[in-house]
Amino acid sequence: MAVLDLDARAAKLGIDLSQVDFNSVILPPGENFGFESDDEDVYEDEEDFETGFGNIIVVDQLPVDNFKKVELIKEDGLSMPVDSDTSKTLGYCFIEFNTRQEAEKAKEKTNGYHLSKRGESDIILAVYTFDDIERLMNMNEEWEPPQTKPYVPNETMNLHTWLTDEKARDQFVVRCGPDTEVSWNDTRHLKSESVHKLQNWTESLVQWSPLGTYLVTLHKPGVAVCGGATNFKPLVHYKHPMVKLVDVSPGENYLVTYNSQTPNIPHDATQVDIKIFDVKSGRLMRGFQGSADEFSVEGYSVSWPVFKWAGGRDDRYFARLRKNTISVYETETFSLLDKRSMKVDNVVDICWSPTDYILALFVPELDDGNQPARVALVQLPSKVEIRQKNLFNVSDCKMYWQSNGDYLAVKVDRYGSKSKKSIESGFEIFRVKEKDIPVEVLELDNKKDKIIEFAWEPKGQRFAVIHGDLPRPDVSFYSMQTPGRVSKLVTLKAKQANALFWSPTGKHMIIADRLNGKLEFYNVDTLMTMATVDNFMATDIKWDPTGRYVATVVTSSVMEDGFYIWSLYGKLLYRTLKEQVFQFSWRPRPPSLLSEEKEKEVKMNLRQYVERYEEEDEDVLDLLSRQEEEKRRVMGEEWEMWINKWKKLHEEEKLQRQNLLGEEEEEEYCYETVEELIDVCEEVVSLEL
Amino acid sequence: MRPILMKGHERPLTFLRYNRDGDMLFSCAKDHTPTLWYADNGERHGTYRGHNGAVWCCDVSRDSSRLITGSADQTAKLWDVKTGQQLFSFKFSSPARSVDFSVGDKLAVITTDPFMERTSAIHVKRIAEDPQDQVSDSVLVIENPEGRKRINRAVWGPLNQTIVSGGEDAVLRIWDAETGKLLKETDKEVGHKQTITSLCKSADDSHFLTGSLDKTAKLWDMRTLALIKTYTSGVPVNAVSMSPLLDHVVIGGGQDASAVTTTDHRAGNFEAKFYDKILQEEIGGVKGHFGPINALAFNPDGRSFSSGGEDGYVRLHHFDSDYFNIRI
Repeated sequence: MAVLDLDARAAKLGIDLSQVDFNSVILPPGENFGFESDDEDVYEDEEDFETGFGNIIVVDQLPVDNFKKVELIKEDGLSMPVDSDTSKTLGYCFIEFNTRQEAEKAKEKTNGYHLSKRGESDIILAVYTFDDIERLMNMNEEWEPPQTKPYVPNETMNLHTWLTDEKARDQFVVRCGPDTEVSWNDTRHLKSESVHKLQNWTESLVQWSPLGTYLVTLHKPGVAVCGGATNFKPLVHYKHPMVKLVDVSPGENYLVTYNSQTPNIPHDATQVDIKIFDVKSGRLMRGFQGSADEFSVEGYSVSWPVFKWAGGRDDRYFARLRKNTISVYETETFSLLDKRSMKVDNVVDICWSPTDYILALFVPELDDGNQPARVALVQLPSKVEIRQKNLFNVSDCKMYWQSNGDYLAVKVDRYGSKSKKSIESGFEIFRVKEKDIPVEVLELDNKKDKIIEFAWEPKGQRFAVIHGDLPRPDVSFYSMQTPGRVSKLVTLKAKQANALFWSPTGKHMIIADRLNGKLEFYNVDTLMTMATVDNFMATDIKWDPTGRYVATVVTSSVMEDGFYIWSLYGKLLYRTLKEQVFQFSWRPRPPSLLSEEKEKEVKMNLRQYVERYEEEDEDVLDLLSRQEEEKRRVMGEEWEMWINKWKKLHEEEKLQRQNLLGEEEEEEYCYETVEELIDVCEEVVSLEL
Repeated sequence: MRPILMKGHERPLTFLRYNRDGDMLFSCAKDHTPTLWYADNGERHGTYRGHNGAVWCCDVSRDSSRLITGSADQTAKLWDVKTGQQLFSFKFSSPARSVDFSVGDKLAVITTDPFMERTSAIHVKRIAEDPQDQVSDSVLVIENPEGRKRINRAVWGPLNQTIVSGGEDAVLRIWDAETGKLLKETDKEVGHKQTITSLCKSADDSHFLTGSLDKTAKLWDMRTLALIKTYTSGVPVNAVSMSPLLDHVVIGGGQDASAVTTTDHRAGNFEAKFYDKILQEEIGGVKGHFGPINALAFNPDGRSFSSGGEDGYVRLHHFDSDYFNIRI
């Protein structure tokens, strides 16, 4: 409505527009009065070509026949025009359906249908929707070449500017209350600098893409992807109504969205709808629909992500687990590799190597021990099993790949005795990159110890295990360095720990007791504890992608909520108290562009680089301390003013006060620092040369 | 600084008050018996028996002869400090919450809670020199405009000309002590966002400190109600106190009493936090309580302070010389 109309209308109705709170107006559901809501305008259908005749199909190529002198035959939605002059049917008819979907279905089914008549040649029906015909008829006769839009270099399109921050800071996103905020972690200034803050930016959660280029946000109509260093403008939208979960492939080429609908009839399976989009164009590459059973293995519920991507940047393969089958798809064609799935009886778990096209799978024990459990490594695309191992008396197992794909550790829980009463745990470790993939068996010193946590050192050859009995289990460190053997480095006894967090660069780790918030910063090279800190109710502990800082988050506990940033040595750098923190996550960094030799070179010449940065750091520290001093001086002066004012008033009121008290007022206490010289002593110390 | 633990109350502490000379410490708790302790060694002197409900607040006269206590049994009682004898009992129709003697101890301000159809109110009573002459009439009664909200603390302003009150509606008000008219009110932006739990006057009545469940404590000018400083704590604040000697404030709190069992299982980790009054920065904390801290009081000589907790303990701390040399 034009603004003028609005005023006139309001005047007519006697409404004072200034009194109306426009924000409180709620449109009836379903109606939008022609106003596009901000979410919806992006999701306009291209085929929004409603002529109102969408439910009518035209059937052409019908045999021409004689008919009575009726202009138009109409019967139950079928109407067949007749040429009145020749009293023959014109050879086509219109059929009207109740809905557009039905019409389209009918068109699909009957288009190309062979309608043969006795003795006459085959008649093939051509069926079109009414809209198709309209469109074809209205098409421009002359072909106009498409116009090229002038190229506007868009600054915001450089999605990697955040990596070039001169102070080498990392970004992180925090969701607290209704706000979502992206900030720089500025440790020189001991605070976080907010980059972009939005209320209700996302409906449920946010997620960084694996290389940190995009921030994925979830909304009712679908998923949006925002990028950049400071603006975070939405780049592409992906339509998937009521999306619940999202996953991005490791090379950031594809986006997988998931939605499930609980059925109306309780016994029916949950319907699952998964879509895979191309990230850059927003195009839907492939959809998977089905009941929840098809996406999980018997006995397990659907675990996200359903599709596991192979490692590496090109996102060539993704696999899914189903009953007795592993379906591996390739992204060239988005269809099954070799056009068929791999049949592996009773497979329950699969895990890709993070770097190579090797898939590890686990098949549990069957037939009460007659068919042993099996772990196998399959090379793709050849689908050849390059290594397999049978395991006996196994009750359960879990697979852990090392970050470079060098090693695969399989934690095996075995039954201690035939009677299956006690459980022993051990590890089978595959040296994947070595010839013939040798397997080493590691048993804990105390076989009956329960294994609570396991973690590989990223980019390294060590791993840590928490084993034993809660609340004070042991933590052991092992190394794979010596070929042919898994050597133990150390066992720390009776630690209050239930979680392990390696720094992404290796070497340092945090042994944490999550519930009580006790964190121990441990250096694995020197096997020494650097610091132990207390951060009560810290629910999340996250290293930043460079391994320099650790963030601990206290989420929604009423006491001291917020996040804390620590240095890797365990020193608290700063903290930000925020109410109702739901989520905290660092922006990942893509792998370094430097080659290994270059990295070694930098490390050797570190001293040169260090000098420059130290100077900068000192400058900043100076600035900060000067600012701090200034601030304190100002505060002190302000306070003096108040004190003086009060003193004056106090003096003025003295007489009145004395009257009230009925006595002479004593002198109030006065605080004086007295320095007493106790002794001066001179001593000559002889230097032994 | 080694604390002296005083266990005398069986129920959570509600209030602590030193006398003017700093040699006596009065503690109030939910167990009906206010107790008198020696302030230097924490030895218990005696108890005042007579109340039938939780004792919320107390005040002692300048000459340390009279004690007034406010209790949930709908009375405020006057006691002889030395003998422990009950001198007079003011009866109300709802629980009495806060009590405060005026300058000169001739008047006392007592607040009452909302109860059934009664609104919360502020009562001013005359205190007679001779307890025999004591009458129970109120000199002035001020009804709280936010009737259904409790008034947690009400104190006399400088020269007894005003009464300052704060409570559940998070608003601080200054009333004229003669007429009962509302003179000033804090506004929503500047003021506390949640219940004001505690209030502590400065030694010269020029400013006061309030603590609130919104996890902050604020410093105000007593005459103009201007906000001077704000101190943020990570936990809801139950008690505040100002050092009469140095520029420090202490803030104590912890989980709201009703919610204690849900989260905290760290024993001995509730702390009284010390802040620099001028710079608003935390300088340290004193841990030790097993439950949220409900009461704090500084000795008028500034050399010691005591804290009372939900755990029923009173902890008395004498500062050692380091405290006086604290520099940020």
